[in-house]
Amino acid sequence: MSGSFTKSMARNIFYGGSMFFILLFLVLTLDTNRKLPLTDNRHNLTEEVAHGKYLWEVNNCVGCHSLLGEGAYFAPELGNVYTRFGNSKEAIMGYIKSRPVDGIPGRRSMPQFNFSDEELAALAEFLKYTSEIDAAGWPPNIQG
Amino acid sequence: MQYQSQAVAKPYFIAAIALFVGQILFGLILGLQYVVGDFLFPEIPFNVARMVHTNLLIVWLLFGFMGAAYYMIPEESETELHSPKLALLLFWVFLVAGALTVVGYLAVPYATLAKMTGNELLPTMGREFLEQPTITKIGIVVVMLGFLYNVGMTVLKGRKTTVSVVLMIGLVLLAVLFLFAFYNPHNLVKDKFYWWWVVHLWVEGVWELIMASILAFVLIKITGVDREVVDKWLYVIIALALITGIIGTGHHYYYIGTPTYWLWWGSIFSALEPIPFFMMTVFAFNMVNKRRRNHPNKAATLWALGTAVMAFLGAGVWGFMHTLAPVNFYTHGSQITAAHGHLAFYGAYVMIVLTMISYAMPLMRGRAAANSNKSQVVEMWSFWLMTVSMVFITLFLTGAGILQVWLQRYSEDPQPFMVVQEKIALFYWMREVAGVIFLIGLLLYIASFFVGRNEPEAVAK
Repeated sequence: MSGSFTKSMARNIFYGGSMFFILLFLVLTLDTNRKLPLTDNRHNLTEEVAHGKYLWEVNNCVGCHSLLGEGAYFAPELGNVYTRFGNSKEAIMGYIKSRPVDGIPGRRSMPQFNFSDEELAALAEFLKYTSEIDAAGWPPNIQG
Repeated sequence: MQYQSQAVAKPYFIAAIALFVGQILFGLILGLQYVVGDFLFPEIPFNVARMVHTNLLIVWLLFGFMGAAYYMIPEESETELHSPKLALLLFWVFLVAGALTVVGYLAVPYATLAKMTGNELLPTMGREFLEQPTITKIGIVVVMLGFLYNVGMTVLKGRKTTVSVVLMIGLVLLAVLFLFAFYNPHNLVKDKFYWWWVVHLWVEGVWELIMASILAFVLIKITGVDREVVDKWLYVIIALALITGIIGTGHHYYYIGTPTYWLWWGSIFSALEPIPFFMMTVFAFNMVNKRRRNHPNKAATLWALGTAVMAFLGAGVWGFMHTLAPVNFYTHGSQITAAHGHLAFYGAYVMIVLTMISYAMPLMRGRAAANSNKSQVVEMWSFWLMTVSMVFITLFLTGAGILQVWLQRYSEDPQPFMVVQEKIALFYWMREVAGVIFLIGLLLYIASFFVGRNEPEAVAK
């Protein structure tokens, strides 16, 4: 780099630039938090949904599935599974419940988690709540 | 090695390499499960193997970063490390905590592990990359604090260089941002929003500071170029990394329920994220071309140039490929993401740690400057095997991703996920073959530490 561009100029760009963009990021974060109620479906965030989210976490569902596009890519996207399953919580519950303990020979299969009916309902409710988040039109189609 | 206490880096590097092997073995399991769906089912389901694969990666890179810091800081500060004993103690704490966590993943169902470790008191588990039990996370914070205290005290009492200051800023921010791992609101959108403050702001933010400072350190040592020149480059690179990368977080806020203005902020700033990586490439080649000495450690030079190029390709080019919002609409959460993730992590962070190990390990093992020619030749073979096979892994996953996007999301008659997965299985098979070659490269890498030990050192030509 040329001689007229000194080290202290470079240092100032680093500290000044970083500080400016950190502040800008914090401002955008603040604004995002103000606007989130319009999109994040919080009015449907019941205790049952929170319990469903907890079950989603402690069974590491994200280790195979993606949820709103984030997670693993081994199993189908679940952000819109509620709509894909015909807007039916029962279909979701039935599917999770019916997974064979020993899997399916040669194929990927979801483990059998032995959930209680109350837990299945909470998971389904959580997935329903997730499908109602306004994710800017994503996924592109019903297949996720 | 100029200071005795730099030697504490050695166990850190050895542990890093050992965990690296574990990571790759589990990667091969995962790759096989993609095509032989019931492989090891239900004993090691995919989610468990993936957790081990990604968590081992993170832990061994942290071992590598800490080892690099323990090696660099005394030399930069021109003084012994504040407390080598503390460094060794924390090494064992971190290793045992990491090992117990992995054993926990493999030995009991994840939900049982959550119960055993009292996750319900402070639920932080079950989010991608942050799967560790809450007590492990607390352990990580404790280790990081002790580590930062140790290197921080060393920097304070000694000479302060640009390299050490930038490294410290990177490490401190790494620890600070990790605290967001403890914030897990019920609100899924908020959860995701702040989850990225750990994940994105680590790998596309402060880790770049760590990477750039390690690269600068090694380049100073092997090229003998004036610090004034290196420092200038270093500041410009990290300035661009943070200027583009912080608002660039927005490329994760397109489709998770956040306001749509992020489509613009994220697209524009993340499109600029390749620039600092490109500058790192120019920087590395420039320094080597302007070298004032020929360092006998050719392997370290190769790793230093390699990491700069591969980071640009993996993080820069493969990142750019799917970072614009209209493109990401179709590629979000597909094999394209996996392709980018593999090359970016390998090119930027795996290779920078291996660069540091390549430079420092011979010195810590009693060589004056470099290993024997024989050892270096094996090491350079491992460089090419691992790097080329990782490029192929990336290309195959990219092929799989393009087909997946087309069949499942773009064509007029979108097909279900599993139907598409079977159609693209050939790409997964080829990826697995490339993975086996990567493992061979890694084994060769380990062999390079043992061959030619009794032979004389390589000399600079």
